[in-house]
Order: sequence, then C-alpha cells, then structure tokens
Amino acid sequence: MFNYILRRILYAFPLLLGVNILTFVLFFIVNSPDDMARMQLGQKHVTEQAIDNWKLQRGYQLPLFINQQETGLNKIKQTIFYQKSLRLFVFDFGISDSGRHIGADIQQRMWPSLAIALPSLLVGLLVNISVALMMVLFRQSYLEFGAIVLCIIIMSISSLFYIIGGQFIMGKLLMLVPISGYDTGVNAFKFLILPVLISVISGVGAGARWYRTLFLEEIEQDYVRTARAKGLTETQVLFKHVLKNAMIPILTGVVVVLPLLFMGSLITESFFSIPGLGSYTIDAINSQDFAIVRAMVFLGSVLYIIGLLLTDISYTLVDPRVRLS
Amino acid sequence: MIVWQKIIFFIFFSVLLSACNESVLNNPYPKGIEGKQSVLYSSFSERPKHLDPAKAYSSNEYAFIGQIYEPPFQYHFLKRPYELEPLTAKHMPEVHYFDALGQPVAETSTSDEVAYSDYIIEIRSGIKFQPHPALAINKQGQYLYHQLGTEELADIQLLADFKQTGTRELTAADYVQQIKRLVHPEISSPIAELMKQYIVGLGDYAQIIKDKPRTALRDNPIKGVEVLDKYRYKIRIKGKYPQFIFWLAMPFFAPMPWEADAFYSQKGLIDKNITLDWQPLGTGPYMLEENNPNLRMIMLKNPNFHIEFYPSEGEPEDKESGLLEDAGKRLPFIDKAIYLLEKETIPYWNKFLQGYYDGSGIASDSFDQAVQFTGDGEAALTESMQAQGIQLQTAVNSSTFYMGFNMLDSIIGGSSEQARKLRQAIAIAVDYEEYISIFNNGRGVSAQGVIPPGIFGYSAGERGVNHYVYDWHNGQIQRKPLAAAIKLMQEAGYANGIDPITGESLVLYLDTAASGPDDRARLNWYRKQFAKLGIQLVIRATDYNRFQQKMRNGNAQIFMWGWNADYPDPENFFFLLYGPNAKAVHGGENAGNYQNPEFDRLFKQMSYMSNGPERLAVIRQMQELIRYDAPWVFGLHPKSFSLYHSWYHNLKPNLMANNSLKYRRIEAQKRKQLRRQWNQPVLWPVVLIILLLIALILPAMRSFQRRAKETIK
Repeated sequence: MFNYILRRILYAFPLLLGVNILTFVLFFIVNSPDDMARMQLGQKHVTEQAIDNWKLQRGYQLPLFINQQETGLNKIKQTIFYQKSLRLFVFDFGISDSGRHIGADIQQRMWPSLAIALPSLLVGLLVNISVALMMVLFRQSYLEFGAIVLCIIIMSISSLFYIIGGQFIMGKLLMLVPISGYDTGVNAFKFLILPVLISVISGVGAGARWYRTLFLEEIEQDYVRTARAKGLTETQVLFKHVLKNAMIPILTGVVVVLPLLFMGSLITESFFSIPGLGSYTIDAINSQDFAIVRAMVFLGSVLYIIGLLLTDISYTLVDPRVRLS
Repeated sequence: MIVWQKIIFFIFFSVLLSACNESVLNNPYPKGIEGKQSVLYSSFSERPKHLDPAKAYSSNEYAFIGQIYEPPFQYHFLKRPYELEPLTAKHMPEVHYFDALGQPVAETSTSDEVAYSDYIIEIRSGIKFQPHPALAINKQGQYLYHQLGTEELADIQLLADFKQTGTRELTAADYVQQIKRLVHPEISSPIAELMKQYIVGLGDYAQIIKDKPRTALRDNPIKGVEVLDKYRYKIRIKGKYPQFIFWLAMPFFAPMPWEADAFYSQKGLIDKNITLDWQPLGTGPYMLEENNPNLRMIMLKNPNFHIEFYPSEGEPEDKESGLLEDAGKRLPFIDKAIYLLEKETIPYWNKFLQGYYDGSGIASDSFDQAVQFTGDGEAALTESMQAQGIQLQTAVNSSTFYMGFNMLDSIIGGSSEQARKLRQAIAIAVDYEEYISIFNNGRGVSAQGVIPPGIFGYSAGERGVNHYVYDWHNGQIQRKPLAAAIKLMQEAGYANGIDPITGESLVLYLDTAASGPDDRARLNWYRKQFAKLGIQLVIRATDYNRFQQKMRNGNAQIFMWGWNADYPDPENFFFLLYGPNAKAVHGGENAGNYQNPEFDRLFKQMSYMSNGPERLAVIRQMQELIRYDAPWVFGLHPKSFSLYHSWYHNLKPNLMANNSLKYRRIEAQKRKQLRRQWNQPVLWPVVLIILLLIALILPAMRSFQRRAKETIK
C-alpha cells in the first residue's frame, strides 16, 4: 500500500504542474499585467508610470514564460510563471496582488467554510440514508410513491430558491433564526441552523433517490434472501446487511468530497454572509488578483487528488477483497 | 431512559433555554455587544481593498478611513454649497504666490504670472494619535515594538495581541511624512503621478527614494514640502492651482507618523497580514478595533480624540428639520460602529426591516416596497415604511453618466457640420428621461450639461437648459420632438438614417463592457433609440479590459462612461473635455478625445478663477460650446435614495464629506424596544409541521408493524 500511495503522490506532481500552467495561460489570455495594475490602482488618474511602478513592485514586469533577454537557466527563471509558481509546491502562496498574505487568509477563512460544510454533509448523509431506507422499507406503498414524487420536486427546484425561501420563512416570517451572519465559537450555532437545514433539504431529493437505488440493488441479492430465510426481520436485514454492503458506493461519494469541504460554497456563503473560502476565488477573479486565483486553483487540485487517494484507501477498509498494489 | 432519548431531551432543553435567554431569536448580534454604549449597525458589500490613506480612493474605503484619518481641512457638515473649514488646521491655509524670479505677486495675478504658490498650514496643538502599539515606548523612551524578534512575534496574531499601546502629539512632520509616502514605490498611490505635476520636488523625490525602504522617508527631505516648526508646514505648488485646497481635505493628505512605517515594515508582521493597509493609525474620532472584512469591521471611539463640537450653523431649513438640536455638543455621539459584510441585497434589506441595520439603500428589487411616486412626481415612502417610522432621504449625486462620441472617429467625430448635426440628432433621440424611468426607478435627473446640481456653475430652470436638445415650455423642460432630430439627420446628409455612401442604413458602433444578462434590456433600449433615426446601432460588447484598451487606443466609436466628483468644483468636470487630457493622445481622462481650442482656453481661465459672477459667465460659455459641439450625449445625474430608522439622527446627505459618522446619533433605547416588538418569534408553524410529520409517519409505522407480524396462512 505504501508503494501505491507514494506512486500516486509522484503522479500528482506533473498533474499539478499541468493545472498550474493551464491556470496561468487561461488567466493571462484574459488579463494582462497592465489590466491587473489598472484594477488595483483604480480608475482615476492612472498613468503609464504608475502602472509600470506597480508591475515592478510585484514582479509583473517580467515576460510570461521565456525571458529572451537572459541567458541559460535565467531564461526560464526570470519569468512571471517561474517566479510565481515554484513556491506553490511548498505551499508558500505568497502575497496577493492587493498585498495580503494568502496563506494567512486561507487559514482564517477555511474554518467558517468547514463549519457549514461538515454538518451539512453529516446531517445530509444521515437524512438521505434514513429517507432512502424508509423508501426501501415501505417500497411499493403510498409512502414510497409519495416520497419519490417529493424527491423529484425537491430536485427540480433551484438551490437559490431554497436559500431565499428559507431566509424568508425562517428568518423573516417566523423570526426563529437570524437571516444571515456569522460569529465565532459557540455563537456560530444560531447562524448555522438555517444554512445547514437548507443544504440538507435541497440535497435530500437527489441524495435519497441515489441511495434508494443502491439499496434496491442490494436488496435483490442472494445474501438478502438468505438473511430473510434465516428469519431476520426486515429492519435487521436492511440495517445489518443491506446498509453494510452498500457502503462502498456511499463511501466513494463521501470520501472524495471530504477534503473539498474546506473550499466552501459560493452561493451559500454569499447569501448567509459566511466569511468562508467560497467567495475567495470569485472575488479574486473579479479583482483580477492572479496570486489568489493561482493559489486557490492549486489548493483545490491538491485537495481533489487527496480526496481520490483517500477514496482508494477507504475501499480497502470497507471491502477486504480490495487490495492496492 | 435510553441514550438517544437523553440526547433528544438535552437538545430540546438547550433550545428551550436559549429561547428563554434571548428576547428575540433572530438577533444576529452577540448578546451584550452594546452594553451601555451607543452602537451603530451598518454593512458593506465589498471589502475595502486599502485602508492606507495614501492608497485608498474608493467610497467603500473612505467610509472607514474617513472616520480614522484627519486631513487638515474638512467640508462643513451642514452648509451648502459645500464649504471647507479647518479640521486639524488652526485656520484656512495662508497662500502666497510668487513669480519665476521668486518675487511675491498678488492673489489676483493670472496663472501666467504665477510660477509657484506656497500653502502654509498651521495645525492645532494638543491633538493626539489613537492608542497604538507602534507608538508604545518604554521608560527610556525607546519604542517597544519597532524591532520585534521571533519570540515576540510568536504570540502575535492580531494587532490587539500587543499588550502595550502608546500615543503622541500630532505634529506638522506627520503631514509631511504622508506627502512623501505618496511617491514611495511600495505604496503605489493612485494620485502619485498627478501630484508630481503640482507639488514642487515630488517627482525628484520619487527618484531619490525609489530603492530605499519606507523607513528612510523620515530622513530624506523633500524640496517643495517643508516643516516650518512643530505645528506648521509649507507645500510649494507649481503655478497657480486653486483646486489644491480640495485635495487637502482628502485622506491622501492626512497625517502619518513615521513610527507607523517603522512598525508595519517588519516582515514578521507583514507575514501575519498586520499591515498599515489593514490596521490604520490616525487621530480621527474612531479607531479600527476589529478588521475582518470577510465578516465584520468594528470601529470604536478614539479615547484620545481632540475636542470638536457639532456645528451650530447650517442652512435655514436645518433648524426645522432638527439638524441643529445637537449644536455645540461634543463629538462624536456614537461609541461603536459595527459594519457587517452583506453581499446580497435580499438578506440585507430584510435585516434592515427587522431593525438590525440602522440605515439602508434601496435595491431595485425592493424599490416598489419602499417608495411610491406621488401625483406630482415626488418620491414618498409607502404606507408600510411609514408605519415603521422609516425616514427617506434623497440627494442628487455629484456625478454624471454620459454617452460619449469618439471625436477621432471619421463618421461620428470631428468638428465638421455633418458630424456635429449627427451627434446633435442622436442627443435628441436618446431619451434619457425614459431611461431613468425604466432602468433607474426614477432615481436620477437628466443632464443638461457636464455639471451636476450642487456644484458651482450648475444652473436650474430655463437658464440651465440645453437648448440643442430641450425646449422650455410653460415653466417646464421638454425634450425636443423627434422631428427635430430627423431634420438634423437630413441636414447632416443622412435622410431617414441612410448612409449616402452605402445606400443602406447608417451603421454605428457602441462599445461597452456591459455584456451580462442584466444589461441586455438596456442595450436593446439603446438600439431602439438609434433606430428612431433609422440608424443601425451595433453593440460591440467586450470584457472590461478590452474595452479600456479600445478607449486608450481611440478605437471605440460610441461609449458610455461616468465620473464621480473628487471635489465640488466645476474644474473637476470640465477637465473631462479638456484637449490636453485626451485619452488616446495623452492618456488623460478626456475619453472622447474632444479638442476645441476655445474651450481649452476658457477652461484654463476658469480653473484659476474664484467662484463669482465672472467665473459663472465663463462656465456658461463653456457649457454653450460643448452643448453645440455635442461630444457627449449628456445622460443623467443619479439620485441616491436612502432609508433610515426613526432612531437614527443628524442625517443630512453630504456627498463630499467622508467623515460624517462623528455627527450621527442613535437612540439606542428606542431601537431596542422596536426591535423586540418587530421580532417576536412565531412558533406555531413549527409545532404544526412536527404534528403533521407524526400524523404521516404513525400510520405507516403501524402498517409496517402489522405487515411484519403477518404470517402465511
């Protein structure tokens, strides 16, 4: 297993380099260093001299990929790409174009994102599995039919509707929770109720139907028939056998998103004024802050790779037949 | 009791307990945040990029630093037209004029006779900086935190983690330090290049300190800016530039102690995002207590704030509207100002209605809910707003939005009769009254020229009408009929909008960066306006960078642009049409590249004149020239609508002042009562939903149990 993990880590390097090059090219196709300077300096009284000065201070006066004026290795080293990318691989994200230390910003903003995403995932998982099991338990009854219709209705509605509707009903009409906001520590609890509730409700349609399909697939298996023949009750069959055997696809879906929970959700964080990482990248794109865009894309890629690796490892834990080689 | 029952009981009990503890459940603020303090609750939608007064130049940045930093002068809170008065200065500056030989010349001398102007500013004694670790010293007078070691830095995450703070008296040297900072390369001040044109020696100073750290500013003198004594300093300006006094009322010219640069230049602090751009150090009425612009920013009353009183003079109607009730009282009234990040307008609006924000703007989504227009076109609050005691304040902004023509363009530009008549025809056809009504909910006034209301040179009524586009009928302004535009088109050689060269409809191009789905209706509207004349308008939508590039290169044909006043002087608007400011030629702010020697001559003349009948006459001549030449379709001056709760006082729109917070007053007790009254939780629907769920699940459970017990017979 160690060799396997090492190999996967080594594979990650060219992958991350590729992502980095792609981000770099895409960003600089749309924005030039001059545009970035103008964005940071504002719209009024901006002169060429001020732009040149801004670029010089932040290292954007260099060529993008190849510096023809240099010789040897410096042709590569004295470029924006090299200067801005190399330190990423040691997780030194540097200073944003507006002068903030990106690493410190990420550390500060990832916790609120996690505070929403983790309970949303766990509660959502619990609710989705429970509803799916209920549907399977009451299959071919009015309850299952009603639940499927409800799930489809829930799936068909935009998540934005749940957010605005939830804020209107729970925050404005019933006045049970704050409409938006956030606080640290225990005070965060009252701000998390509504976003977590909305996240769970908006996700229950797709989630419950997916898990129901998994459970129905399992319930037709021979071992289930055997369990029933042994005289186990339907609940025992479902909870002790079907649920356990359906764990692999459930795990695949869950473990892969675990690291990405840090990255937050743009819409939820924006509407609930949660100071997470969700809006960090979008704000950076809007303000043409390449340093943040590059750092966040890199971080996202690293976390995704970690997620996939964890998924592979988790297979071996839930299914003894799987071996990593 | 089994475990899960215990857990449910615990959760239920906790929720019940928390419900009992709080008078309302939806309060977004922590309990006890106010105490006995007077607190203002407000919001911001975008984090301020810069809080360094040398860098900040946006209104959302000025909302904070305007309360923290104090330039020598400020705008009078109540008097109109806008009037400057001393803030930290003892009196208005002494200005001396000199010719090229260094001999004094009279104030009335023309700009050609004046080679230099000296501004001598004297500040008041006894003004102190806010408590700050950068100013903390030990008994030996050494600074405690100017050379932080690794061990000391280990415990520091925020500025508040420093145990000691200090202060010292404000001196003239602090103002000089800030002027030097404007040209330091690390700071990249947006006005650095502009000020190099005016302040003697600033350009050379930029060269001197370009490779030196910020800490070297103190020891390197600057030729044109001089400390005369502890409380006096002198700024030497090239030539005569009367508008310079307005710059002295902006945070760019606020004082900065050298200790701030010494303290914040330490790498260990920069790595922790503790920088001057994030943690200001000023003498103003407030200091930034918490700066987490991803969540909230909190300002506290500066305990060292100098003595300043609420004004006792204003406009005649100010007394009636209660704006002079606090006359002579010591400022500021509010102890703490909390600004929360609200990116979306819907939650922000709802929280305002619940009383959790003291004031609010009006987004287009909620406009109809808040405002209705009376029969005579006056804006008034709706009944529901009135029932809550909400106050409405409107003010025409000192800004202008226009449709510009590129005067370098071969069809629409130039000074030929044909092009001018074409532009005049378009100016009549593009109906900005309709635009304001459709897209701005009536929030704006159509522009008659370049100057917005409230700025010297603006004329209301018949005197101010643009007679090339409007007529004056029965005491009212009226857009000329379309027939007048069609006639102009015929005279220009484009009868029915047909281009004689191609024999087809004249095709014109509108370059814009507005390409989102929300902009589609707006752009279609423009197409229709041009179609009235038979002109086919092609929209060339692009991203903002490319649009800017086209403008710089002079490749756009028609464009839309706007300008917000830096200061209340007509020069700050007319310079947008001054020839030497042409964007494509000189990289200036004259985006349409308009050139008219007569206009340029009058502009120079007007710039150096004091406000009075003579200046007004010159301004009218200039207005006439640009109305005739029509380099712009004068669009609109936006009108801002703001709502305030009944407990919020001393509200008078002041579009120039950035430091109005110190005048505001809150009735905290009234707010507390109304908040409680407006936010009583409604619990019965929750109980109903729980009962409904039980009613749904119980029969199913019973049916399942029955089925599980069934046996084959």
